[in-house]
Amino acid sequence: MAENNRAVVKLRERFAASILDVKAFRGTVTVTVKKEAIVEICQYLKTGLAFNLLTDVTAVDYLGKQDPRFVAVYNLYSIPNKDRILIKAPVSEADCTIDSVTGLWSSALFLEREVYDLMGIKFNHHPDLRRILMTDDWVGHPLRKDYPLQGPDREPYKGRLS
Amino acid sequence: MGVGQPLGDNIITTSLDGLVNWARKSSIWPMTFGLACCAIEMMATGASHNDLDRFGIIFRASPRQSDCIIIAGTVTKKMLPVIKTVYEQMPEPKWVVAMGACACSGGIFDTYSVVQGIDEALPVDVYIPGCPPRPEALLYGLMKLQDKIMKEKNSFGATLGFGERFEPAA
Repeated sequence: MAENNRAVVKLRERFAASILDVKAFRGTVTVTVKKEAIVEICQYLKTGLAFNLLTDVTAVDYLGKQDPRFVAVYNLYSIPNKDRILIKAPVSEADCTIDSVTGLWSSALFLEREVYDLMGIKFNHHPDLRRILMTDDWVGHPLRKDYPLQGPDREPYKGRLS
Repeated sequence: MGVGQPLGDNIITTSLDGLVNWARKSSIWPMTFGLACCAIEMMATGASHNDLDRFGIIFRASPRQSDCIIIAGTVTKKMLPVIKTVYEQMPEPKWVVAMGACACSGGIFDTYSVVQGIDEALPVDVYIPGCPPRPEALLYGLMKLQDKIMKEKNSFGATLGFGERFEPAA
């Protein structure tokens, strides 16, 4: 089903070397791509395939489950075609950076700051990469799986004693 | 009593503490300051059905006109400096009411981003449990605060330079 998707066919034609995986689940198509090609592919999705709305940028931490530890997720929507596509890009812990898509969609300005704040993925060429939710002097990135839930300065909760 | 009363019934005698504490407890002006769902309950308490005004409790929109702050809701670490600033802007004497489980102890939010009780930062006078406390509970807490104010010894006199202030026993 995913292979017949209009966007997937076009992406396969142009970026065959950069596409790692294509999946469809309950009508949503997910394309996993190499992070080096993210801006190039997003550029084509926006101008060539009319995905003119960047709904969300998030990231997933697969600590201990997958080798490139993080996956950046771009949730794109095409208002003229009423079509949604998810673009995923694996990001390793050693080189925890990915190119920013702020040049394509301005909504990425805040969304990428949120991912940087909570996950610690740095976005290259972002014009104002600051923390957005935590305080400026915060240490660490709380949504990472190895961040202690109760904060680094507290004894972790060990369940009820009774 | 053997004392001539030329002014008739128009005079009463009392202690300075009695007068000052009575005046203070009858005009607790809390800061208009809500943080989460407890603030909705605090507003309900201020509205006509429960009517805080009958206690002389009138919400003020400026910390400089307030002498009480009701911490009504979850205090995040990001919000804490703001609350401290508001508290510091309030003139003495001032009282703090921790309303609800979050303000008392962090409540269900046992996480990195939430202050585990406002008493880590401010001197709390009254703790009100509940999630959120019903208006009756807030009223009861504020009446307890009034009782506490009535027990203050020489806090006004000490401010004027007459002797020491006595801390009431709990």
